[in-house]
Amino acid sequence: MEATQEITIQELQMQVDALKKKIGKLEKNRKDQLSMAVVSGDMDKILATMVISLAAAAMDTQVKLFFSFWSLSALRDPKKTPKGKDFISKMFGMMLPTGKNKLALSNMNMGGMGPMMMKMLMKKKNVMSLDEMFKQAGELGIEITICEMSMDLMGFKKEEFIDYPNLRFAGAATFVADAGESAMQLFV
Amino acid sequence: MATDLKNLKSDLVVDARGTACPGPLLAAKKAIGELESGEIMEILSADEGTKNDIPRWCDKVGHEYLGFYDEDSFSRLFLIKE
Repeated sequence: MEATQEITIQELQMQVDALKKKIGKLEKNRKDQLSMAVVSGDMDKILATMVISLAAAAMDTQVKLFFSFWSLSALRDPKKTPKGKDFISKMFGMMLPTGKNKLALSNMNMGGMGPMMMKMLMKKKNVMSLDEMFKQAGELGIEITICEMSMDLMGFKKEEFIDYPNLRFAGAATFVADAGESAMQLFV
Repeated sequence: MATDLKNLKSDLVVDARGTACPGPLLAAKKAIGELESGEIMEILSADEGTKNDIPRWCDKVGHEYLGFYDEDSFSRLFLIKE
């Protein structure tokens, strides 16, 4: 009688341990974290990205932004002029916006009139500028990772990006790993 | 409730009237560190969305949201730090 009882308790203990392991894994998969894949380089979409990120960071959610393709234009520093680019890279560099203040709107761009009006309106309605948003993002510990492949593809150099705390360079697997453990994933 | 709030003595007033979403939330988050647990924070905001955002923030991070009342061109929101 006693022997059977002991076995049952042991079995129970094993089952509890297995459950604990499973719960630990599940919890790790649903971190209070927001992962965003930012592909668009439109002013409105970068604005939305930053507003959502800042709100999340203010709510103590860890934020990880993965910048890829056209969004890289938003991270260029107009004051920095990298050397040693080949012809096509130079062309790309010339044709793409030099930084977050030169981005076009996805709608109502009107040859640059739209963004100008939008900036005026933002000022009037007390909406933070993109410069201010990036500054706050840095202070709140929002992580920005630049997709190395798109950077190479478009001929950008690491030296031409903005000064941002812990700006990182990585590949798609980094985003997949970050997104996999985040409770929220967004694609912009 | 509104009359109760009007008699409330805040330990810290955060004036975020000069900034739109998510400015007031950021201002509140930054200022909350200056308070001790159980102290009252008052947020002044002219951004309508903030009235929904601050209670959600409190819910998530554990502060006790007390409510708000409107002034002419802005609102006063109150919470107790966790």
